[in-house]
Amino acid sequence: MKFTGTDSYVASDDLRVAVNAAIALQRPLLIKGEPGTGKTVLAHEVAKAIGAPLIEWHIKSTTKAQQGLYEYDAVSRLRDSQLGDGRVKDIKNYIKRGKLWDAFTSEQRPVLLIDEIDKADIEFPNDLLLELDRMEFYVYETQEVVKASQRPVVMITSNNEKELPDAFLRRCFFHYIRFPDREIMTQIVDVHFPDLQRNLLREALNIFYDIRDVPGLKKKPSTSELLDWLKLLMVEDMPPEALRSKDSKQLIPPLHGALLKNEQDVHLFERLAFMARREQRQ
Amino acid sequence: MFANFFLELRQAKVPVSIKEYLALMEAMDKGVAEYSVDDFYYLSRSVLVKDERNLDKFDRVFGHVFKGLEALSAEGATAEIPEEWLRKLAEKLLTEEEKKQIEAMGGWEKLMETLKKRLEEQQKRHQGGSKWIGTAGTSPFGAYGYNPEGVRIGQDKNREGRAVKVWDKREYKNLDDTVEIGTRNIKIALRRLRKFAREGAEVELDMPDTIRSTARNAGYLDIKMIPERRNKVKLLLLFDIGGSMDAHIRVCEELFSAARSEFKHLEFFYFHNCLYEKLWKDNRRRHVDTYPTAQLLNTFPPDYKIIFVGDASMSPYEIAYPGGSVEHWNEEAGQVWIQRMADTYRSMVWLNPVPERHWSYTPSIQLLQQLSSNRMFPLTLGGLDSAMKELNK
Repeated sequence: MKFTGTDSYVASDDLRVAVNAAIALQRPLLIKGEPGTGKTVLAHEVAKAIGAPLIEWHIKSTTKAQQGLYEYDAVSRLRDSQLGDGRVKDIKNYIKRGKLWDAFTSEQRPVLLIDEIDKADIEFPNDLLLELDRMEFYVYETQEVVKASQRPVVMITSNNEKELPDAFLRRCFFHYIRFPDREIMTQIVDVHFPDLQRNLLREALNIFYDIRDVPGLKKKPSTSELLDWLKLLMVEDMPPEALRSKDSKQLIPPLHGALLKNEQDVHLFERLAFMARREQRQ
Repeated sequence: MFANFFLELRQAKVPVSIKEYLALMEAMDKGVAEYSVDDFYYLSRSVLVKDERNLDKFDRVFGHVFKGLEALSAEGATAEIPEEWLRKLAEKLLTEEEKKQIEAMGGWEKLMETLKKRLEEQQKRHQGGSKWIGTAGTSPFGAYGYNPEGVRIGQDKNREGRAVKVWDKREYKNLDDTVEIGTRNIKIALRRLRKFAREGAEVELDMPDTIRSTARNAGYLDIKMIPERRNKVKLLLLFDIGGSMDAHIRVCEELFSAARSEFKHLEFFYFHNCLYEKLWKDNRRRHVDTYPTAQLLNTFPPDYKIIFVGDASMSPYEIAYPGGSVEHWNEEAGQVWIQRMADTYRSMVWLNPVPERHWSYTPSIQLLQQLSSNRMFPLTLGGLDSAMKELNK
């Protein structure tokens, strides 16, 4: 089982080594990076590349660690007992398996994605320490121990909204996805839009990196936004010349809605455009 | 050799533990790195570094241990620079080409010199006008009223071992590296407030308990109530911004971001040095969009808890006399406004990022300490804890 990137995902060398280390040593891999640099997609691609089933656990602010293990559905048991259902005698019928349980008992070694772990309550990672370390947990209601027959490949993504506890970090490998440079970005775009015109791509990348260089942007556009924007440009059949025009009236790139995601940033751009125009007039 | 690497990492304050070291050994044993230096670098980085802030330190140590490069200088306390300041600096002083030029010209020593020179120019040019210099001279920190202790350029973008240099080390160490106060820690301290807020009238249906007791009652409905879970604490944060506070912006931002996600009712305003008749919400538009303090006193009911965050370091005149403000003519003295706040809001604390042992040397801190009836706390974990206790009283 070795991950070398796939035909739809460009993995840099350091990412490749980190993933392979996590697979070989059977430890969770924690992935951080700017939003939209392909953290979640990575798990999908790894699963595809090593031919393993993917189990996704998306974390919300209300998610509890226990929900990943199992849940005991007391309400339906109560209802069944009043209806005289025979199933009620066995408590096992009311235990709902969580994603971790699924991953531990999967026949083939799966890839388990714990997506956006930083969204959860601050104690969430601590509650999973033992489970991720030993890959086993105890079901209180049925008094059984669920133990992973083969340790799943665990991928954890974080957007850095909360800091993770040290004890948790010590058990993980870590990789920070850097924002791709021009060269890698060209490869990435190639993978997604193989028949994009060369010069359109060049102009688009120029604008894209220019925007990222504007100081003071609230949300810098990232890879996924670039891909969306390129898709739009292709749908609209925008000629490369339209992007190249250095006319100051056109300082805001066409279809900028795909790149700039809040009104302050658009406003900042409009102001810059206005200033550029004023300078020209003088 | 690897043990040496490990020890040097620890010395450079990269938090690595034995467990991680053993994991690295295990990975080597399994042949993950495949005898390539690059792969070994990537592997050890992924195993040993758990926070992107430490990547740069790691790169330096790695370079030192395995290539014999220049060591992390002993006094290289790498303070991080407030983002806003960096942006301004990069915007105003150095373009990308310039950086390259300078690097080609003679490396970082030269660059730092240039930077310093430019900073001085900058200071002169903007004297009095720009907000950066607004308080120059009132800061207790010496020559450069606003210039932070350390510079690290483009930290999250650079590849290996670029700028790590500190110049003009000030007498005061920045809180960044002396006290470990991360968002996580702050949140846990802020929880003291939240827990308290959960007590109160029993108004919410406790589903699990109701089911449990109904089941115990053989199906006869037995409703159980619990106190409302919603966090009802109302918080008003007032941040000192600009001037001597720039060095503390990162800590304050952390406090702010932690507070924001922990409390539903949270309002914040900015002020400069001392509270006067105007506050603002957006620091870029501070002269346009202002919010009258009198309106604040009328808008927010007295059950709001007030947290001032500021270094309280200024000339005592700025607090005690009308017209003492460095930025505008204030009709009423700062202390009048602070007194009004104290009269309106029962729960009020002042958090001060300046280390407590230095307080007694600054008259303005003592003055504000008195005005807030000794409810000033240092912005450390312990201080935050006692401040929360105070707010809960």
